[in-house]
Amino acid sequence: MTTLPGPTATRRLILQGAASVALLGLGNLPFGAAPARAAANDKYPEEAFKQKSEADAIKALYGQTAEPSDKVKLDAPEIAENGGVVPISVTTTLDKVTSISFFVAENPSALAASYTIPEGTIPAVANRLKMAKTTNVVAIVEADGKLYSATKEVKVTVGGCGG
Amino acid sequence: MASSIRVRATANGDITEVQALIQHPMDTGFVKDAKGELIPAHYIQQLKFECNGKDVFVADWGTAVSKDPYVKFSFKGAKKGDDLKVSWTDNKGGSDTITAKIS
Repeated sequence: MTTLPGPTATRRLILQGAASVALLGLGNLPFGAAPARAAANDKYPEEAFKQKSEADAIKALYGQTAEPSDKVKLDAPEIAENGGVVPISVTTTLDKVTSISFFVAENPSALAASYTIPEGTIPAVANRLKMAKTTNVVAIVEADGKLYSATKEVKVTVGGCGG
Repeated sequence: MASSIRVRATANGDITEVQALIQHPMDTGFVKDAKGELIPAHYIQQLKFECNGKDVFVADWGTAVSKDPYVKFSFKGAKKGDDLKVSWTDNKGGSDTITAKIS
């Protein structure tokens, strides 16, 4: 940023910043209360991707917590030799699935990928993720406004965040 | 330049299986190059699949998706010969689009 003309301008900037933070905070509330992330709202969830811990990321993305369910099947290797490419997939027998997300607990930011599942799309996704080290992979399925999760630990011999 | 997107969509009855492979560095912003300088983050943020004017699958990605990402999913309601439009945008404003025929 270039030099500012005076203290008033700085103050205005700070106030603006505070106001937008307040607005953001308010904006989040209705989303948290309504059935999580509206499927029609396909804006990129920037904030959720910035959260470091898994719990914060889930909260930022969905505004609620998940319960473990055996109807969510997470398929990941026991041991990943290369943490840069870990094939992970999820399938579920749940109805009315609107989204599926992947979290890697101890990555620099936990949220790895989030998929919107419109009506007519089968609730199953396969992809490849990076893992910094041995940790839990969590898949979250949003079905009928509720969250269901499956967790699996993947052992990583070479991390995916180094050279 | 060849497209960065390779996509295969095959219809089997009512269900169409889609596999896509995209060429993209997916830099996390944590890795250093040979000179010891950080490579800035460069990754796909959103990947969209549209068929018959409707989004059938939308992926929001962070840096934890592997380099040259691969994704597989299936959807209902399309038939052989329909167009499947695939497009992505990354955090630096880059993008690419391809339209594939469902076979």
